[in-house]
Amino acid sequence: MLGFPWLASCEMSAEKVKALPKEWFELNGFLKIGDNGLVTIMSPNPEIGQNVKTSMPMIVAEELDALWDDVIVEQAPLNTAIFRRQLAGGSQSIRQGWESLRMAGATARHMLKEAAAKAWGVASNEISTDAGMLYHEATNKKASYGEMASAAAQIEVPESVALKDLKDFKIIGTSRKNVDGPKIVTGKPLFGLDYKKEGMLIAMIIHPPAFGMEFKDMNATAVEQMPGIKAVFTIKTVLDDYAKQWCDTDSFNEIAVVVGATTWQVMQAKKALEVQWVKASEKVEKIQGFGGNSFDAKVPSGLENTSDHEKKMAWMDTQKAKTVRKDGNPEAMFKKAATIIERTYTCPHLAHNTLEPMNFFADVTEDQATLVGPIQTPEAMEKSVAHRLGMPVEKIDIQMTRMGGGFGRRLYGHFLTEAAAISQEMKAPIKLIYTREDDMTQGSYRPAYRATYRAALDQENNLIAFHVKAGGVPESPLAANRFPAGALDHYLAETWEVESNISVGAFRAPRSNFIAGAEQAFLDEVAEATGKDPIQFRLDLLARAQSNPVGENNDYDAARYAGVLELVREKANWGDNDSGLHRGVAAYFCHNSYVANVLDMVVENGQPVVEKVYCAVDCGIVVNPDAAINLSEGGIVDGIGHALYSAMSFKEGVPQQQNFDTYRLIRHSEAPKKIQVDFVQNEIAPTGLGEPTFPPVIGALANALYRATGRRHYNQPFITDKPLVG
Amino acid sequence: METYSLTVNGATREVEADPSTPILWVLRDHLDLSGTKFGCGIAQCGACTVHLNGVAVRSCQLPIAAVGDQEITTIEGLSENGDHPVQQAWLAHDVPQCGYCQAGQIMTAAAFLKENPNPTDQEIENAMHGNICRCGTYTRIKAAVKTASNS
Repeated sequence: MLGFPWLASCEMSAEKVKALPKEWFELNGFLKIGDNGLVTIMSPNPEIGQNVKTSMPMIVAEELDALWDDVIVEQAPLNTAIFRRQLAGGSQSIRQGWESLRMAGATARHMLKEAAAKAWGVASNEISTDAGMLYHEATNKKASYGEMASAAAQIEVPESVALKDLKDFKIIGTSRKNVDGPKIVTGKPLFGLDYKKEGMLIAMIIHPPAFGMEFKDMNATAVEQMPGIKAVFTIKTVLDDYAKQWCDTDSFNEIAVVVGATTWQVMQAKKALEVQWVKASEKVEKIQGFGGNSFDAKVPSGLENTSDHEKKMAWMDTQKAKTVRKDGNPEAMFKKAATIIERTYTCPHLAHNTLEPMNFFADVTEDQATLVGPIQTPEAMEKSVAHRLGMPVEKIDIQMTRMGGGFGRRLYGHFLTEAAAISQEMKAPIKLIYTREDDMTQGSYRPAYRATYRAALDQENNLIAFHVKAGGVPESPLAANRFPAGALDHYLAETWEVESNISVGAFRAPRSNFIAGAEQAFLDEVAEATGKDPIQFRLDLLARAQSNPVGENNDYDAARYAGVLELVREKANWGDNDSGLHRGVAAYFCHNSYVANVLDMVVENGQPVVEKVYCAVDCGIVVNPDAAINLSEGGIVDGIGHALYSAMSFKEGVPQQQNFDTYRLIRHSEAPKKIQVDFVQNEIAPTGLGEPTFPPVIGALANALYRATGRRHYNQPFITDKPLVG
Repeated sequence: METYSLTVNGATREVEADPSTPILWVLRDHLDLSGTKFGCGIAQCGACTVHLNGVAVRSCQLPIAAVGDQEITTIEGLSENGDHPVQQAWLAHDVPQCGYCQAGQIMTAAAFLKENPNPTDQEIENAMHGNICRCGTYTRIKAAVKTASNS
C-alpha cells in the first residue's frame, strides 16, 4: 500500500476528468458505456460504510470485462424492478446480489461481442475481450468498448449467458480503493445531512423525554416569535388506521416540530419550547405480518427502570421457560453429574449512535414527494411515506445518499415519514435534523439480555450435558440450533421474554451480538474444567457435529466452523505462548459467515491493553480483499468497544445517557494496537461481512481478560462490571 | 443578528448571524461548506474539527462572535486538489468506511503533524483521542498519520 500511486488508483486521471464522453449508451439498467470507453456502473444498494458501492460495481465490471480504471460509479436510483433488492441489512448485499450483478456485466459483454461480430462479419464466439477491448485473433481486428457501445446498445438484451470461470477473475479478488475516497477526504457533500435545495427550511422535532410518556400540549407563542422561526406544530408519524411495517418502529407517535430558516435558530427555539408530557396508557399497535394479515402488538404502559429490568430478568431465570430445543435427556444427565458449572451473562441496552444523526430531506407538493437522505430500507419506506401522505406510491421518489453509519439504526425510517409529513404541512422543502440527544434518546435500541449456561461434567471431567436458558427485554437472544447444538447428545435450550415499552431494533448482528460472547466465554470455562486446550475442545465438538451430528436442524457447517478455528490457530501461532501475552479465543457463525478470533492482551501500568486481534474469516469468495479487511477490523473494534465501555440505561423511562459525554464509545487509544485478518480460500459464493466479525470478538476479549487479570467478566460493559486491573 | 467578516479558506466571507452561532453552522448553513460535520454538538466527537490560525478546534463550540480576524481553514481548504500529505496518506491506506468522521480526523491529524512531525504511536493516539470513529478505522488512521509524517 505504501508507495502506491494514489492518483492513478483512486481518482480519475486528469485526462478522464476532462474527457467525459460525448454520448452514453445504456446497455442495461446497471451500466452505460461512453463513446470514449468510460463505463458508468450503478451501485444498487444503500452505502453505510460496508463499501458495497465499490464491491458491487466490481462484480459487474468483472463479468463485463471492463478496465476498472475506466469505471465511474453512481448510486443507483431506487428501482427494484431492475435492481431487485436495494436494502442494506443482514449482511446480504453481496450474497444476494452476486448472481444478478454478474449477469448484468456478462449480458452487456455478450451484447458488445455481438455488435463486434456484426461489424466484423465473424462469429461472436470467436471474439474475446480483455480490459475494455474486443479482439478477433484470426483477422487481427480489435475495437474498444467505446467504439462498439452504440451498436451494442441496439442488440437485444439476452436473458442469461455463461459467466466467467472463477480462475479468470481479474477484478474480483483484487483490492480496489473506495470509489468515494477522494470525495470523502476533500469534504465533498455526500451524506444526507449535506443535501441542500434552494428554499429549504430546517425542521427539528421534540419527542417525549421518557418511554411511556406522550404529548399533552405545548405553549408555542413565544417560540414562534424567535428569530428565523417559521412554524411550530405537532405531527403524528403514523396515522391511526395504519398497520405498521417492521421498519416503521418508532417510540413516539405524536411529536412537536419546530421549523425555521437555519439550524442554529431552530436549535435555540427547540430549547425554549415548553411542552407538557403525560403518562401514556397501554396501547395496541397494528403490525403488518406476512400474507396481508396484520396482528396486534401490545405496548405496555409505565415508566421503566434498568434496575427493574435487571431484577425481572434475574427472576425470569428462576422460572419455567419455553423449551426451544431438547436433545437426549439433559435433566437426567445433570442429575448424575459429578460437577455442574453454571454461569450467568448479561448485557445492557445499546444505542446505535451512527455518527451522522438521523436526518432526511423532503419536498412534498400536490403531485410529487421527493425524499433524499440516508436510509437502509428505501423500498419499504416508500409504502409508509405514501400512506402517511395519502399519495400513491408512484408519486413517492426516495433517493439514497451515502450514510454516516447504519448499524441497523437506519432500517427504521420513521424520520422519512416525519420529514414528509412536515414538508406536506409546510408546503415547502425541509430538512429534518435530529440532534445527538434526540437521536440517542429516540429508541430502536439493542435489547438488554441475560443468558445462563450450565454444563454437566462426569467424574473424568468429560462434558456430558449442556443447558442454555436465555432471555431479554423484550426478546430472547438465543438461536437454539447453533453450535454447540448438534455436537452434544444431551442439550437443552430455553427462552423467556420480559415485556417493555422501550423500543428496540436490529443492532449489528442482532442477538448474536450478545449470545456469541456469552457462549464462547462459557465454553472457555468448560474447556478449562475438562483440562483441554480451548481450541482443541471446540474442534473435538465440531468433529462430532460433522461425523455424527445430533439432531437434524443444525444451523452451521461444522467443517467450515472448524476451518476458521484451525486458520486462526495457525496464524496466531497458538500454543507458542511464551511471549507474556494473555490470549483468548472464540469463534461464531452468523449471517452466513464463519469467524474465529484470537485476542492478545498485555498488562501495562496495571491496565489490560488489547495488543493484537487475529481474525480468521470464511465468507466464501472475497470480492475486495483490503476493503473486506477494513470492514472486519471495524466489526472487531465495534465489538470490543461496546463490550468494554457502552451502555444505555433508564430511570423512570428516561434514557440516562444522551450524548457522548455520558455514553462512552471506544476511542483511538483503546482500539487494538494491531489487527490481522486472514480469509479461508475457497470457491464458495460470497457471504457477508458487515456483521459476522462483531459477535465472536467479545468472547475472545472476555477470555483474554481472564488470562490477563485472573478474573472473568460476565456483565457488559466490562468496565463497570468490576475494575479491569492486571 | 450581526454581520461578521470572516476569513475562510483564504477568502473573505460576509455572514449575518446571531453572535452565538457556532462556526460549524455558519460553515454548513451560511457558507455552503458542508465538509465540516455535525456529530454531537458538545465537542465530544471531533467531527466538526477545523483550523483556527492553524490550530485544531471544535467548531461546534466556537461562536462566530469569538473569531474576529483569525483564519479559519476547513477540510475544503486544506489543499488545492486533495494533495495534502495527510489526505494522500488517507487514500493510500484506504482508511474510510462510512467516511463521516474522516474530515474531522484529517483536520486534527494535519494540525497535529505540524506541531509534532515525528510522533510516536502513543502521541498519535493521544492527539487523536477527541475524534471518534464509529466504524472503527482507528488502526488505519494511525497508519495513515504515520505515513503522512514520513512524507
